[in-house]
Amino acid sequence: MDNHTILEMQSITKEFPGVKALDNVSLSVTAGEIHAICGENGAGKSTLMKVLSGLYPYGDYQGQIVFQGKEMQFRDIRSSEAAGIVIIHQELALIPELSIAENIFLGNEPTRFGVIDWDKVNLSAVELLARVGLSEDPTTKIKDIGVGKQQLVEIAKALSKSVKLLILDEPTAALNEADSQHLLDLMSGLRSKGISCIMISHKLNEIEQIADSITIIRDGKAIETLHIKNDGVDEDRIIRGMVGRSLESRFPDHTPKIGETFFEVRNWTVGHPNVADRLVCKNSSFKVRRGEIVGFAGLMGAGRTELARSVFGRSYGNFKSGQIFKDGKEVTYKSVPQAIEAGLAYVTEDRKSLGLNLLDDIKTTTVSANLKKITHNFVVDNDEEYRVAEEYRKSLRTKTPSVNEGVAKLSGGNQQKVVLSKWMFTDPDLLILDEPTRGIDVGAKYEIYGIIQKLADQGKGVIVISSELPELLGLSDRIYTIFEGSITGEVTREQASQESLMKLMTASRKSA
Amino acid sequence: MNSLKRMFGGNTRQFGMIFALIALILFFQWQTGGNTLTPTNVINLFNGNAYILILAIGMVLVIIAGHIDLSVGSVAAFAGVVVAISIRDWGIPWYLGIVLGLVLGALIGAWQGFWVAYVGIPAFIVTLAGMLLFRGANQYVGESNTIPVPEAFQFIGAGYLPEVGPVTGYNNLTVLLGLLAVGFFVYQEFSNRRRTAQIGSEVQPLWISVAKLVLLAAAILYVTSLFATGRPGTSFPIPGLILAVLVIIFAFISNKTVVGRHVYAVGGNRHAAELSGVQSKRVNFLVMMNMSILAALAGMIFVGRSTASGPFDGVGWELDAIAAVFIGGAAVTGGVGTVIGSVIGGLVMAVLNNGLQLMGIGADMTQIIKGLVLLIAVAFDVYNKSQGKPSIIGLLTRNFGGGRNKPDAPSAPEENPAAREAVGTKQVL
Repeated sequence: MDNHTILEMQSITKEFPGVKALDNVSLSVTAGEIHAICGENGAGKSTLMKVLSGLYPYGDYQGQIVFQGKEMQFRDIRSSEAAGIVIIHQELALIPELSIAENIFLGNEPTRFGVIDWDKVNLSAVELLARVGLSEDPTTKIKDIGVGKQQLVEIAKALSKSVKLLILDEPTAALNEADSQHLLDLMSGLRSKGISCIMISHKLNEIEQIADSITIIRDGKAIETLHIKNDGVDEDRIIRGMVGRSLESRFPDHTPKIGETFFEVRNWTVGHPNVADRLVCKNSSFKVRRGEIVGFAGLMGAGRTELARSVFGRSYGNFKSGQIFKDGKEVTYKSVPQAIEAGLAYVTEDRKSLGLNLLDDIKTTTVSANLKKITHNFVVDNDEEYRVAEEYRKSLRTKTPSVNEGVAKLSGGNQQKVVLSKWMFTDPDLLILDEPTRGIDVGAKYEIYGIIQKLADQGKGVIVISSELPELLGLSDRIYTIFEGSITGEVTREQASQESLMKLMTASRKSA
Repeated sequence: MNSLKRMFGGNTRQFGMIFALIALILFFQWQTGGNTLTPTNVINLFNGNAYILILAIGMVLVIIAGHIDLSVGSVAAFAGVVVAISIRDWGIPWYLGIVLGLVLGALIGAWQGFWVAYVGIPAFIVTLAGMLLFRGANQYVGESNTIPVPEAFQFIGAGYLPEVGPVTGYNNLTVLLGLLAVGFFVYQEFSNRRRTAQIGSEVQPLWISVAKLVLLAAAILYVTSLFATGRPGTSFPIPGLILAVLVIIFAFISNKTVVGRHVYAVGGNRHAAELSGVQSKRVNFLVMMNMSILAALAGMIFVGRSTASGPFDGVGWELDAIAAVFIGGAAVTGGVGTVIGSVIGGLVMAVLNNGLQLMGIGADMTQIIKGLVLLIAVAFDVYNKSQGKPSIIGLLTRNFGGGRNKPDAPSAPEENPAAREAVGTKQVL
C-alpha cells in the first residue's frame, strides 16, 4: 500500500446464518479524502461500516483491516475510537437531557483527582464547537437545539476523540437545505485539515458535489470504485452502478384485469408527529383502480410509510389537509377501526414491532383484525377461529406444524403470510403493503408476489411500497415516485426503468 | 417411548402449577402434624384470602394490559367505609349498600381509567396518587373510626352455605357444589376431546384424560368433604362462592370474548393492536375500571368478615395481589398471564402464610420466606424461558379455558436484526 492510503479493508466477508451479507468486499480510503459509499437499501453498506467500527468484532468476519499501515483487530467501538475511527449514525447518539459539553465528553470526561473538571469540559467544548462552526453555549441542553446543530455536536464529539477517519451514515437525511450545506462545507473543511471521511448517502447530488471517490456496493459485493474527477462521474453513472443488473423472471406471469378508479387521495398533507413545522407528506395525490397493483417508489425516509399510514385512519402524524374519495364519494377515516370498516388494510413494513404480537399464536393473529366475524353472542368461536386459520394456512401454504404455533417461531416469509391472511380475513377493497417482502427469502417472495397478484385479480386495489426497484418494476402496473414527502412522478410499467425511477426518487437535478 | 414421553410431558405441564401447590400443602400437612387439612383451617384459609384472590383476578387483567394498580387497598377501604356509613347513618338496606359500593368502585375506576387511558399518565403514577387519595378519603369519611355493619351485611364476608334438605352429616349444598364442579370438568374435558377431534388436531390418548379427571375429581371431592364436615354452622364460605363465580366469569371473558382478546393484544404489542383496529384507550380504561369495581367488592367482603370498616383496612393488599399475579405466571412487560394462574398464585401465597403460621413461625420469617418464594418462582420461570424450555408456571390451564401462555423463545436467526438486514441483501440478486 502507498503512503497516502489511510484505510485498507481487504476481502471482508461477513456471514449471517445462511446469508452472505458481505462477499469479499475491499475498500481503500486515501488520507484526506471524502469517500462516498453508495448502494441500495440492504446492499451491505451498514454492515461494512459495522465491521469497520468494531461493532462486529474481530473474528466475526473474514478479511483484514489495515489502518495507518497497521493491521487492526477491533473488539468493540471503544477500540476503534481509540485508533481514531469514529462513526456517526443516522440516529444520533446524544442524550437530550444533558448539555452540549456533557454530551461531547460523555464516557471520556476529563477528571482531576477522580472528580470531573467541569471548567475544562466547558472550555474545551467551546473550542471544539468553534471548530465545527457552532456558536452555542456549551451548557445548553441537546434537546433545545435543532437536528442540524445536533449533527455538528456529534462531529465535535468525534473531534474531541482526535478522529482521523470519520464515518457519517446518511448525515443530511434529517437536515434541511441550509443545514445540509453547512455540514458539507464543514466536511470539506475537515478534509483540508487532513481528516478523512467516509460518507454513506442516498443524495447523489451531494455526493457529486463533495466526494473525491465513490465505492458502489451491490448485493454485498463492492462493484467498483470511481474517482469523481478522473473518471468524470455524474449521477447517471452512479445510478447505473447501483442498479446495474437485469430483471430475471422472479415474478409469476400475470395479466392484469384493471377496472375503473375507485380510490383517490387528493392533496394529502401531513405534519410530523413531534416536530411542529415539518411536513412528512406534501400535497400528495394518487389514485388506485380496481384490480391494479400500484407501486410507491422512494428511498427510506422519503415519506412513503408516513403517507400510507396517515391515509389508513390517520395512524401517523398530524393530519393537515386532503381528501379521500372512495367509489366516487368523499369519505373521512379518522381512526383505524373506521378505515378497516371501510375496507382498507395496511400491512406494515415493520413486522415485528408494528405488525405482530409476537406472544400470539397463528390462529389468534389470523382473526385479530376481524374478531367480529367469528363472534356470536359476545363469544369468540374458537372452532371457527381454528377453521379460518387452517384455511389460510392451506391456501397461502404457510409452513408450520400447526396453527397453534406461536408466530415468533415462524420464518420471516411465513410470518408475512400470517399477516397477509389476517388482512385478507377483513376482506378489504384496498390493501396497502409496505415493504411486503423485506427480510424474506427468494422462494417466499415469489409466493408473496403470487398472492398479491391474486388479490388484485379479485378486483381489489393493491398499493405496494418498496425500496427494491426490480420488485416494483416486476409487480406494479403503475408506479408513483416519492421524494421528501412529495410525489415526484407517475409512470406506467411500460415507461418505467430503474434509471428513470431512481432519478425521480432522488430528485436528481436533471430529472427525467 | 418418545411419544409416551411427549404425552406424559404434555400432561404434567398442565398440572405443573397445581403440583407446586399440592406439594406445598402436603409439606405443611406433614410439618404441622395434620393441622393444615382440617375443615376449620381450610375454611379459614378461604375466608381469610378470598378478597386478595378477587383482587388478583382484576390485577391480572391490568398487568396483562401492561399496567399496574397500586390503589386497590385504598379503594377497597374507601368503598368499605362509604358502604358502612350509608347503611348505618342513611339506613339503606344491606343489598343497596352493596350496589352502592359497586357503583362507587366503578366511578373510582372511571376516574383512574380516564387519567391512564385518555390523558396517558402511567398507571403507576395514577394509582400511586389514588392510593394516597382514597386512603385519605377513607379516613376523612370515617373520621378514622371503626364503623360497624349489620349482621345481614356480614353474610357476604362471613356467611356460609345454609343447611338444607335431609340430615346426611354433610352440608348438602356444599356437596352439591362439589359434584357440580366435578361434573363440569368431566363435561369440559370430553367436549374438548370431541371438538379437538372434529377440527382435526391431535387428541390426547384417552387414558391421560381419564387419569387427569380422576386426580382432579379426587382433589375436588376431598376438599368438598373438608368444607362439608366443618364444625356446625360452617360450610363452604360465601366469599369462596363469590370468588368461584368471578373466576368462571373472568376466565371466560379473558379467553372467549373480544374485549378479552383485546386486553392481551394491547399488552402484547400496543402498536400492532392499534393498527389492527383495537381501540387501546378504551381497553385500558375498561381494565382500570374493572379493577376498582373488584377492589370495592373485596373491600365490602372484608368489612363483612371483620364486622366493621376501619381506617387501616386494605393496607398492603395491592402488593399481595401483585405477587399472586406474578407467581401465577404473568409477565411484567404485559401480554402474558391467566386468571386461573393468578388465583393459584394467590393460593400458593395464602397456603404459605397459613402453614408458616401453624408451624409457629413468626411474621418476620414469614415475610422473608414469602419474598424469597416470589423471587424464586419468577426466576425459575425466567430461567426456563431463556432455556427455551416450557414455562412451568402459568402453563396449567391450556385445556381448562384459562387463557394463553407465552410461546417459547423465537428462533435465533429471525431474532437478529442484522441477520434480517442481511437476508434482505441476498435477495436483491
